[in-house]
Amino acid sequence: MAEQRFRVYVCVRVGACVCMCLGLCVWVMCGCGRAHPKDDFQEELVIRPLQSGDVYASFQFRTLWETDFMKGNKVSHYRLFPKSLGQVISKFSVRELHISFTQGYWRTMQWGQPFMPSPPVTDHRFLRYATLPREIVCTENLTPWKKLLPCGSKAGLAVLMKSEKLFHSSFHSQAVHIRPVCQDSECTTTSWELRQTLNVVFDLHTSGQGKREWSLFKMFSRTLTEACPLASSSKIYIDITDNPQGEQFELTPATHLLSQAVVLGDRRTFSVYDLTEANTFGSMRSLNLLIRWKSSEGDMLRPLLHAERYVAGYGLQTGEIHTLMYNYHPFRSFPILLLDSVPWYLRLYIHTLTVTSKGKDNKPSYIHYQPSKDRVRPHLLEMLVQLPPNSVTEVTVQFERALLKWTEYTPDPNHGFYVGSSVISALVPSMVAMDTNNTKERPLFSSFFPCKEESSYFVRIYTEPLLVNLPTPDFSMPYNVICLTCTVVAVGYGSLYNLLTRSFQIEEPNPRLAKRIANVIRRLRGVPPLA
Amino acid sequence: MAAPLTVVLIVAVTVRACLFRSSLADLIAERVEVVSPLNAWKRVVEGLALLDLGVSPYSGDVFHETPLIIYLFHFLVDYAEITFMVSSLSSHIVLYCLLLSLIVTSCCLFVDRYLLNPFTVLSCVAKSTCGLNNAIVALFILSTIKKNALLSAIFLALSTYQSIYPVTLCAPAVLYLLQRQYIPVNVRWASFWWFLLQYAFMYLGSLFVIICLSFFLLGSWDYLPSVYGFILSVPDLTPNIGLFWYFFAEMFEHFRLFFLCVFQINVFFYTIPLSIKLKEHPVFLIFMQLAVISIFKSYPTVGDIALYMSFLPVWSHLHRFLRNIFLVSCVLLACSALFPVLWHLWIYSGSANSNFYYAITLLFNVAQILLVSDYFYAFLRREHHLTYGLYLKRKDGSEATLVLK
Repeated sequence: MAEQRFRVYVCVRVGACVCMCLGLCVWVMCGCGRAHPKDDFQEELVIRPLQSGDVYASFQFRTLWETDFMKGNKVSHYRLFPKSLGQVISKFSVRELHISFTQGYWRTMQWGQPFMPSPPVTDHRFLRYATLPREIVCTENLTPWKKLLPCGSKAGLAVLMKSEKLFHSSFHSQAVHIRPVCQDSECTTTSWELRQTLNVVFDLHTSGQGKREWSLFKMFSRTLTEACPLASSSKIYIDITDNPQGEQFELTPATHLLSQAVVLGDRRTFSVYDLTEANTFGSMRSLNLLIRWKSSEGDMLRPLLHAERYVAGYGLQTGEIHTLMYNYHPFRSFPILLLDSVPWYLRLYIHTLTVTSKGKDNKPSYIHYQPSKDRVRPHLLEMLVQLPPNSVTEVTVQFERALLKWTEYTPDPNHGFYVGSSVISALVPSMVAMDTNNTKERPLFSSFFPCKEESSYFVRIYTEPLLVNLPTPDFSMPYNVICLTCTVVAVGYGSLYNLLTRSFQIEEPNPRLAKRIANVIRRLRGVPPLA
Repeated sequence: MAAPLTVVLIVAVTVRACLFRSSLADLIAERVEVVSPLNAWKRVVEGLALLDLGVSPYSGDVFHETPLIIYLFHFLVDYAEITFMVSSLSSHIVLYCLLLSLIVTSCCLFVDRYLLNPFTVLSCVAKSTCGLNNAIVALFILSTIKKNALLSAIFLALSTYQSIYPVTLCAPAVLYLLQRQYIPVNVRWASFWWFLLQYAFMYLGSLFVIICLSFFLLGSWDYLPSVYGFILSVPDLTPNIGLFWYFFAEMFEHFRLFFLCVFQINVFFYTIPLSIKLKEHPVFLIFMQLAVISIFKSYPTVGDIALYMSFLPVWSHLHRFLRNIFLVSCVLLACSALFPVLWHLWIYSGSANSNFYYAITLLFNVAQILLVSDYFYAFLRREHHLTYGLYLKRKDGSEATLVLK
């Protein structure tokens, strides 16, 4: 079943009014005339062959711009940063923005952890979170996304993003992340960072025709001819951690550049192709990486945290939501924050909430619950749960399904209603210490969340969205129902009206019809009537 | 022969205790015919759990009970079964005393209809707070019959505070008390207005005190829209045995407010005409009002029906004038049996749809309306015979037939 979701995080802080003295004003205006703020664009592509034979490709495009949208001076000259986004940020005083469009479900147990960057925790008062589980992602979403890039889809890595191959995959997710970053360790100046990421997993059988051989042409039906001229760095990383001596797969064309990085608590080795170097493209002036598998042994590092969610129960009256969280660390336990946003038409009963680990009750250390208001807001449940080592924790809560008004149902109401995924955030203890120095040289995907804490890394995982059926009224019946119910009320009214306004009288017998007509004629003639 | 009160009580307690301990208790507590969003036990527990979590129970849309219920069950939540059993038994005892003082003839068969009525048993086992509401209404009627105006006003205020509709019982209470004090119901008499003012003052005063007490209990007025706004605006369309749910599920948005007003006015609308017609017979007026409330309220349950049906033995002398009693009892029995069947077919099997359940709802309500109007007809007919004699003759001496004209 394909699930689609569209997720937005927006953090807004009301802009403060800044008074400037005249001298400063003049200095700023002079300063504006002389040199515009520096901006920098980097692009990279990470390809990781997965154990199941699929291949995971992750594009990241980062634009860093030393300007400030908040100070009050209007930014008018846009170079690498897209103007449409800059105007949105300055108009609404947005502090951080994360939008992602995802199609498909990430199979953590087969593919490992994704590189999905996770936004750091912000001031909760200004955080807005929204999810649209039923939206469909298509070419109409990809094209404007590509247009935000400085080179568009004409040069650099973006030429590989062709919709017919991308949307024919098991999983793809495109995202836009905007946030301010500090320039130095004291954070005296901030610059705005725009990251656009596209993650796609190509299936061995659907896209790969069953052959364990992947190339850029096979994945994207294009090869690379040049880097984006506006990019300061344009690199391709192939994950060769499982292939140190080349016994699992063979990589052509060969490269001597290597890079090491700690990603999600795991030290990975990458072969690097630098597209800004002309000799990367060889004599053919085109780069088509080829990964050919030789053997299919080896095991994958199992992720330490995994979650699943499903609906239990039968019938259209009640049900139960079960969320299972797996902690695979052999000896460390760690806390996780579970955020659940359930629509109002599934009425949760929080007194039925149970959290069990290894068969015993596991009381959460913190619960924040905001009940729903019909047709206004959904339920919001946030819990801090400690996951014991090497265990499964199950969170269950019962709900009741509501009958909605006939206009509130979506088209095809028997398909069901989607419930957005729950979000699990955790600081997972890392197996490998992380090197926090030398952040400038590291690949983009490992620098999204520079972790000071050497022994753990931050991860945010999303469970699958749920599909729940609600009882439906008969949509063809509004007029009939109104008529029939009003008839019943009228029967009540009529009976009571009769009994209230009429009194009992002795009934005079009605003469037969012939006699009555005769009496009428007699009356007309003036003759006395019959008895 | 009437069974002694104690035997009935023992049998009733036994039946309820057995059902409480069996697996049927959970099943019955989920049935939509027995519980509604207003009085389900599950929602009371949910409200108390929200209070424990530090969230106001009225901030969501799941809890619609009054703050006094929160206060009561804050202490009694572990003894819930005993509470509901006691309230059921006390309603029965109250009604027993009531019916004994009301029954005209000495033939008091089956005075114990309240406790052994299957609807009451279901309502008690489901721990629906309808049982508590019924107990308060029964106490109100008893205090009215015993001519205690203050207690009558207090219990009526409590009953109105729980669900708005019993405010229509003001009229029969006033009429009964006036009758007992030999004050004629005439707008030109000063004593009539004086008594009316006294009763209104006692009633409104107790209502005001109870509402202010509820405010101080939780410190906010949030409960007013959650309880009374909910009863009057009917946002929750959970199926029940009433007429509102499917009607408003299929209503065009443009007309929703109009029909909501029409349906709510329909409940209060019969008070004045019935009071004028039945001003000499306030006890029958109470019965008629209770019946109208139970049929036309926004979230009826079988517990409400059990209350007015327990009054039927008082008018056992009307049986000879009832015209449709056989039809009505057959339809009521058949519908009561079909409700769970068609619910199962719609919700669990998926082989029927909502129209089946809705049809049985319509039929059930038509049967109830027929029952009530039949008893009204019989009452009026008996009054006519009391005035003009039982065997009427026409002018020519043959046997007459009476019609309503």
